[in-house]
Amino acid sequence: MFTSKITKIAVNILIILIAQNIFADDVFDGVSPQLGVVISDDYIEQIDFVVMPSGDGLPGGSGNAVTGKVLYSIHCMACHGPDAKGGINGDLAGGHGTISGPIPKKTVGSYWPYATIIFDYIRRAMPYQLPGTLSNNEVYALTAYILNLNGVIGEDELMNAQTLPKAKMPNSEGFIWAYSPSE
Amino acid sequence: MKETPDNINFAANNGLLDRRFFLKAGLGVGGGLMSASALSSEGKDRFPWMKQPGMPMGQSGPSRFEEHIKREGVGSQPGTTGSGASRTPIEYLDGIITPSRLHFERHHSGIPDIDPAQHRLVIHGLVERPLSFSMESLARYEHVSNIQFLECSGNSGAMISPKPLQRKASNLHGLVSCSEWGGVPLKILLDEAGIKPEGKWIVASGSDAAMMSRSVPIEKIMDDAIIATHQNGEPLRPSNGYPMRLFLPGWEGNACVKWLRTIKVTSGPSMTKDETSKYSDLRDDGIAELFTFPMGVKSVITSPSLSLNLTGPGIYQIKGIAWSGSGKIKSVELSADGGKTWAEALLDEHVLPKALTRFRSAWKWDGTPATIMSRAIDEKGNIQPTREQWFVGRAKNTFYHFNAIQTWGVNTAGEINNVYL
Ligand code: HEC
Repeated sequence: MFTSKITKIAVNILIILIAQNIFADDVFDGVSPQLGVVISDDYIEQIDFVVMPSGDGLPGGSGNAVTGKVLYSIHCMACHGPDAKGGINGDLAGGHGTISGPIPKKTVGSYWPYATIIFDYIRRAMPYQLPGTLSNNEVYALTAYILNLNGVIGEDELMNAQTLPKAKMPNSEGFIWAYSPSE
Repeated sequence: MKETPDNINFAANNGLLDRRFFLKAGLGVGGGLMSASALSSEGKDRFPWMKQPGMPMGQSGPSRFEEHIKREGVGSQPGTTGSGASRTPIEYLDGIITPSRLHFERHHSGIPDIDPAQHRLVIHGLVERPLSFSMESLARYEHVSNIQFLECSGNSGAMISPKPLQRKASNLHGLVSCSEWGGVPLKILLDEAGIKPEGKWIVASGSDAAMMSRSVPIEKIMDDAIIATHQNGEPLRPSNGYPMRLFLPGWEGNACVKWLRTIKVTSGPSMTKDETSKYSDLRDDGIAELFTFPMGVKSVITSPSLSLNLTGPGIYQIKGIAWSGSGKIKSVELSADGGKTWAEALLDEHVLPKALTRFRSAWKWDGTPATIMSRAIDEKGNIQPTREQWFVGRAKNTFYHFNAIQTWGVNTAGEINNVYL
């Protein structure tokens, strides 16, 4: 009699637990406190820096290498050198054709697969001491200048959200994926 | 009968003893010391620190005699202080846990001083509900905790040098550490946000000055990725991502974005600077491999090693660490004759998946030149390659994911050098 009462209680608890989905396949479903606060598009706009190779995520604005050259001498040259070579913090130009040779020299121009990465990285991280201080127009212009130094575009070509993803990098065919989703 | 160096069995040439030698040999000692404490202190000696009460409580630093055990090889890009690395002093450590203050560092624009009250983790992109989480709310989620290694994929990169560099174990291989990482499985948070069917990758960005960012496939994220908030029982140290970092067990350290601020669910990788320009692996045909995430099976002899010289012929313990991004370490083999003969090392008790594993073995050095090396094998059957094997197919100056066997040469004076065979 005593045991049957316990069994009854146990069965009731089990039913409640099942109703609450605790035994569902996805164990987290029933127990997550669900405390995420839904955020607005405006907020996302402010914190989203992601640029995709397709150009998705690139902002409005534009710039060319002529303006970029001037900006480069003010904001970048001290660390990356004149014409983006021979500076203390790495070359951004040159090294073309060396990647499959005996001494590969990786620079933005000789190695990087997509032009969009230049915009993404400068907007996130450069100039090193004062990241986030350049306007989108300025970042486009600096990107255009680095592309021009590497012979990818002409000096007057305007880089913007439409043209930048189309700028074909010299080493764009030089990469394969080591990861496949089946791993 | 007690075993002595005269009647021991050797497990491989040049003095490698049976891996259980120390266990057996240890049984017979200690008997003579027990009775001394029963005597009164009259006529007995005391060290100075026994003659008065010691220091006040509440200190948390190491002994002043161990202050040399600190992060090694601190180096940053010219003109910067926060764009470089520091290394774990592996030659001085024991056990499988790296004390947090000694965990290696690799930063790209310094260590941010983040106020946790203002910090938010934002999940957005291809999700049903873009969400923001405060530290306070994350603390109410299910937490998991695992002991796992973290290794920079640039670790041991100095080993590609054509001539062996004479550096200590830490300065060659110290970009690896192992901690108990605690935090929230990222899957719980992504399920709450609701991933859209097109969502196949995430792009994680930190709130350091460089907003360091990496793309990670969704399969890994839903498998075992965590938002780590704790390391070895305490909140993360600022140099390890305080107040939160992405932690991807077994995968290269750079992808475990520190000071994590945003996770954008995307249809593919963003191809960030640190997954293309850096942390891509160039082959000898000029093609570079992207997304070489898992860290290979590897072992390092930490003692004897360069600067920890031998003091004369006799019995020594060869000690070291082994790990694999694919799971548990199955065995570690040791050679004292440059790889001609091998003996299995003893693995210490804690053999955990994707964690540092300790190995050791007794070795009788006879005073002649010796070359000692270790080779790890993991539970998936992956075998640590030789340096020669590792180079096959790779460009000459590529250095990421170096996991080849390293050799210490011992000369007649007991001095130890990094040698290539
Ligand atoms: C104070 C020195 C300094 C200044 C000024 C500076 N940089 Fe940099 N730059 C660096 C350092 C250091 C790195 C490496 C960062 C790291 O460790 O990830 C870097 C990396 C880069 C890279 C990536 C290079 C590669 O091959 O991966 C690019 C592109 C770049 N900087 C562009 C710029 C531009 C454009 C400017 C001007 C707006 C600029 N930098 C100004 C120091 C500087």
